[in-house]
This record gives sequence, C-alpha cells and structure tokens, in this order.
Amino acid sequence: MGEARIGVFVCHCGTNIGASVDVPQVVEYVKGLPNVVHVERNLFTCSEEGVSAIKKAIAGYNLNRVVVASCTPTTHEPLFRAACEEAGLNKYLFEFVNIREQCSWVHMRQPEEATEKAKDLIRMGIAKASLLEPLEEVKVQVTPSALVIGGGVVGMNAALNLAEQGFEVQLVEKENQLGGILLYVHKLFTTDEEASKIIEPLVQRVKNHSQIKTYLSTKVKSVSGFIGDFEATLDQNGRESHVKVGTIIVAIGAEELKPAGQYGYGKLPNVMTQLELEQRMKRGELDGQNVVMINCVGARVPERTYCSGFCCMTAVKNATLIKQNSPEARVWVLHRDLMAYGVEFENYYRKSMEQGVRFIRYGLEKPPEVIGNGKAEKVKVWHHLMGREIELPADMVVLTTPLVPRVDNEAISKILKVPLSEQGFFLEAHLKLRPVEFATDGIYICGSARWPTDIANGISQAYAASSKAAIPMRTGYVKPEAITALVDEDRCSGCGTCELLCPFKAIELQSRNGKRVSHVAEAICKGCGTCGAACPSGAITMNHFRDVEILAQIEALFS
Amino acid sequence: MENFEPKIVAFLCNWCSYAGADLAGTSRIQYAPNVRAIRVMCSGRVSPTFILKAFSMGADGVLIGSCHFGDCHYIGGNYKAARRIALLKKMLRQLGIKEEQLWLEQVSAAEGSLFAQVINDMTAKLKELGPLAPSAPPQPAFEEDQR
Repeated sequence: MGEARIGVFVCHCGTNIGASVDVPQVVEYVKGLPNVVHVERNLFTCSEEGVSAIKKAIAGYNLNRVVVASCTPTTHEPLFRAACEEAGLNKYLFEFVNIREQCSWVHMRQPEEATEKAKDLIRMGIAKASLLEPLEEVKVQVTPSALVIGGGVVGMNAALNLAEQGFEVQLVEKENQLGGILLYVHKLFTTDEEASKIIEPLVQRVKNHSQIKTYLSTKVKSVSGFIGDFEATLDQNGRESHVKVGTIIVAIGAEELKPAGQYGYGKLPNVMTQLELEQRMKRGELDGQNVVMINCVGARVPERTYCSGFCCMTAVKNATLIKQNSPEARVWVLHRDLMAYGVEFENYYRKSMEQGVRFIRYGLEKPPEVIGNGKAEKVKVWHHLMGREIELPADMVVLTTPLVPRVDNEAISKILKVPLSEQGFFLEAHLKLRPVEFATDGIYICGSARWPTDIANGISQAYAASSKAAIPMRTGYVKPEAITALVDEDRCSGCGTCELLCPFKAIELQSRNGKRVSHVAEAICKGCGTCGAACPSGAITMNHFRDVEILAQIEALFS
Repeated sequence: MENFEPKIVAFLCNWCSYAGADLAGTSRIQYAPNVRAIRVMCSGRVSPTFILKAFSMGADGVLIGSCHFGDCHYIGGNYKAARRIALLKKMLRQLGIKEEQLWLEQVSAAEGSLFAQVINDMTAKLKELGPLAPSAPPQPAFEEDQR
C-alpha cells in the first residue's frame, strides 16, 4: 500500500455536532496528525456535496485512506464506503469515527470536554485507518431454493410468495397436516370470517403448487453450510432426507399458554383458555348464559413481562360472538389495559360494547378470584370505578393467555445458530431496521416465532421475509462482508482452540503437509473475532479489527 | 485529587453496547465525558492483551460492554468474554490493578440510559479510587492465597 495518505472529513451535522464540538478547532488539530494529508469540514458530510467532496479529495490528494468523523456507522457507513469505492478506493480502507451519538449529543453542556473527546476519537480513528488493509469479498453462489420451516398461515404464505416467483420451496411441517394454530381457531377478528375459510384454500394452493414440496410430520434435524449453500437434514418419522437450499425461513409460530393452576384452570371443567373456547364454539358447544373472560392471564406479569398484542382482540371477538349468538347471554371481559390500537380494532371494540359486552378493569394488586365447588360458579373482582368488590355469575370462565415460545425454539436456534431473546422468541438482526432477518446471512424470520402477532401482521412479515430471501436467490450470488478471520498456517500449532470456540462452525482443522492447521471458511465466518482473541499462537488475524489496529487505537489515545 | 478526571477505555460490541451508547446519544442522555470507545464486533473479540495494553498506557479504567446473556449476535461471545474477564481480574490483582478498574457490563441496544448510568457510575468509582498508580503493591491472584 505504501505510505498511508489519509483524508479526514469532519462533519458539523448542522448544529448537531457543531453546537457542542468546536469543529474548526478540531480540524486545525487534525491537520497536525501523522499521515494526514487532507482535512476538511462539511456542514453535512452525508449530503451529495459532502460525498462528492470525499470522491474529489481521493483523486485530488491521492488519498489511500478515508476517515469520516460524524455520526454512528449504523447510519452512513454504507454510503461513505460506496463513495470510496466509486473513487477507486477499496471500501475497507474507510474508517468511521462517531462524534455525534457518542460525543456531541451526550456532552451538550460541556463543549470543551466534547471538543477534546472528539479530537481523541478522531486521533484513534486515524491511527487505525493508517493500518487498514484492503479486503476482497468472496463471491458465493446461491442455490435458488428455500427451506421454509413451519406450515402455518405465515409459513405457507412465505412458501407461496417464493414459489410464485419461480423458486423451489421445501416446506417442513412437524404436524401431520398443514394449517398450524389456525386449525383450532373458530373465527377471525375483525372480519368474523371462519378461520377454515382462509386456511383451507391456502392449504390447497400450497399442495397444488408444483414448486412447493411439502414434508409433513417432519422436523429439521440439522443444518450445515451458509447462505447460498445450506444443506438440511430432515427427519420424517425416523426417515432421513437431505435438501440443498440457498435460504431458510423460520415460521414456526408460537403456542398458547396453558395457565395450569391459575383461576382453577386444569381443576374446574368450565375454566378454559380462549383457544379451547374457540374449539367449543366451532363445535357449537356453548353452554350457559354467563361468561366471564379474564385477560392478561400469565402476561405482563413479573415472570412474563411482555404483552402478546392480539389477545385483547381475541377476547373482544369471542365475547361479541357469544352475544351475537345469544343476545340474552351476559358476557364480562375483565382486563388490565385493553389493546385496541388503530382504526379497525378500536371500532371493533366499540361495536362489542354497543352489543352489550361489559368491560371491567382490574389491577394486579387485586386480581379476580374464581369461586366454585367442583366447577366455577362465580368470579369476584374489585371494580375500580365503583370502588368495591363485585360478584359476577359464571357458567364459563375463559382465560385470555399470551402466546409463548414453542419448545422447539431452543433446538431450532441451536441447529441454525441464530439467537433467541430473553423471552425465548427468535431474535431478529435489528428490532427496527432489520425486522425479518437474522444476523446470520440467508436466514429469515417471520410470524409469531419472532413475537406474538395477528394474522394480518404475520402475513405481512411472511411477504417481507420471503421477499428478502428472494433477493440473493434472484441475484444468484452474494458477497458476504470480508470482515473474517484469517489463519497464518505457519504460526498455527493446530491446537484446535479456535475450532472449539467458533459459534458458527466456520473453523476446522485440516491437514497441510503432514501438519494439522486451522482453516476458516470465509463464507461461514461472521467476523466476531472470538478465535482471534483466544489463539495462543497469535496465528489468527481478525480482518478489519486486527490486533495491531486495535492496539494502535489504544496507543493513539494516550499519545 | 479533587480535579482527577479518570480516563476510561471502553471496548463496545457492535450490536448491543455500541448501539446502546448510540441510543444514549439519540435520546440526548448526558453522561460523564471520560470515556473513549473502541468498537469491536463482539465482546468475545476483546483479547486480554488489549485490556493490559490500555492499563499500561495509562487508562484508569477499562470497560467491556457486551450483550446480555442469550442476546449475543454471535450466539455466545459474551460468555467467552465473561470467562476471560473473570480470569483476567485475578491476574490484574497481581499487577496491582484493582478489580473495580475493570468493568464488564451488559448493555443492550435498547438500554441507552443504562449505558449512561454505567459510565457515570464507573467515572464516580474511579474518581474515588484515584489514579492508577503503577507502583501499587501487587496482590495475590486469589483471596485464599493471602492466608
């Protein structure tokens, strides 16, 4: 590469940085730092003007490294990397310094300290930049076929969306029929259509599609490989088969919590969950005129803090359907908060009240009490507005419980090497910015496996996940980030520490001239660097975060 | 000692702690300006060498920011970091560096205020401890060795 010739661009970000960091002073300071041949400040480096200034400077000053000091890399790193590439500079010769989120915005009342901190951070960035090396991304071919795990409404929609684009789909369902949890649901909010009217035609479309191969009573036993080239072993009632796919979509849904021991559930025959009520309604087996529903059973409590989102609407729906079925029935919904967001849900809730469903709010400090001998007979609840306890007659008590993660989640998370959240649901790459994909390339997530969701939302996610999966399959190849580990085979002692530590099984020991050495499969390596931190021989280089680069940052800070 | 401003080097994992620090910024939560962050992809990347280097160059405190257990983007890098730090702390005692000068904290991408709190707490603690004196008397690695 020769001597580093670094260009530094310090951003004012309007007043976002400029109001607390003295940018002109920083620029003057940076001019005197080693290897810096050009410094400028921009009102907005991310503007077209700023980006073209970078490109011009690369050519004009013959820059071979670029440092931008502005916001966080999450915002504009791709933009500035692209600018470098367009000007003929390898994008890995770019370094981002964050002086907004981690400096100007958090020290707004300390301009002097913020300015000093910005200088330090930029000095550290320059030290790293001068050691950066160009990296080449490998091209990986993508098999135009997808594995969809889960044959519920979400999985089937994902499968169809891909199949209709011409991709082959392997659809795996662990039960002996397609349909998932919707097979047990009576009617759907807010349309009050029968669930079977939705699910049956969908199952037919999936069955009839020549591009979809369905595996019933089948579980995914293991998965190896990486984006573009996964191989999955399927276990169909003990019979194993192998499929090769380019992408994987997880759509295994969730299950209804059975609140054993709460409100007499499991002991009193007329205490049931919403889903169990739906099955009775489907069979037309509703007895009694007095129905009490209790919402948030096992949800938004210390041991399960989340809100399952759609269950309030399930309760509203079933309560209303009971009233419609027999107008003289008395139905009470005991709730904590009622989630009826948006236009549709709010109207649906209002309609429910108009039809005579009674809503009573309770608090966790005084939860309702189910009373009865051998069966539930009445429910006592503290009425907030009346300021006293009231008693409701109950022929049926229906508990509204949240969706909980499937037991299979843990196994699938291990097989695919994708994370679960604290609650046990699958954890997407980024809550806001990458909601339907995992951090692992080529694996996508949708529906209630990620978070309890209603059907409309689940289908939107299925479309989103399958569209994301279609991108690499349509392109035909991917270029994973070149931030991967590299083994110096001469230094490697073949101890295998790295092989054991690698969470992605990207490292294996191979034979080289009679010596065992570690080998990194670049396409699998995600660049965490755990191997690099552990290698006792110092044989592993973690590209773009090399030891020398990080040590240089530390030295620069204290220089 | 009153004007002592400790210098903290923070190794922040890209996915959780670094993003948590970003969130502190977008939320405009103000905290002590004593920290200088070095972004790494995973807390599992933080080699003990980096930590020792930071102390030897003059850091008064080193923070490793990881994801919460179970939330690691790389499945379990934070467990590896936790094990390494636990061991390293034993070694630091022998070098005369106090345990309270090396912090391992789990901050998620959603915990901007926690990040700010950690920096404030750490800064306050380090002020209390005073500058890292290279001549501090070495301590045995294990408490039981003192017997």
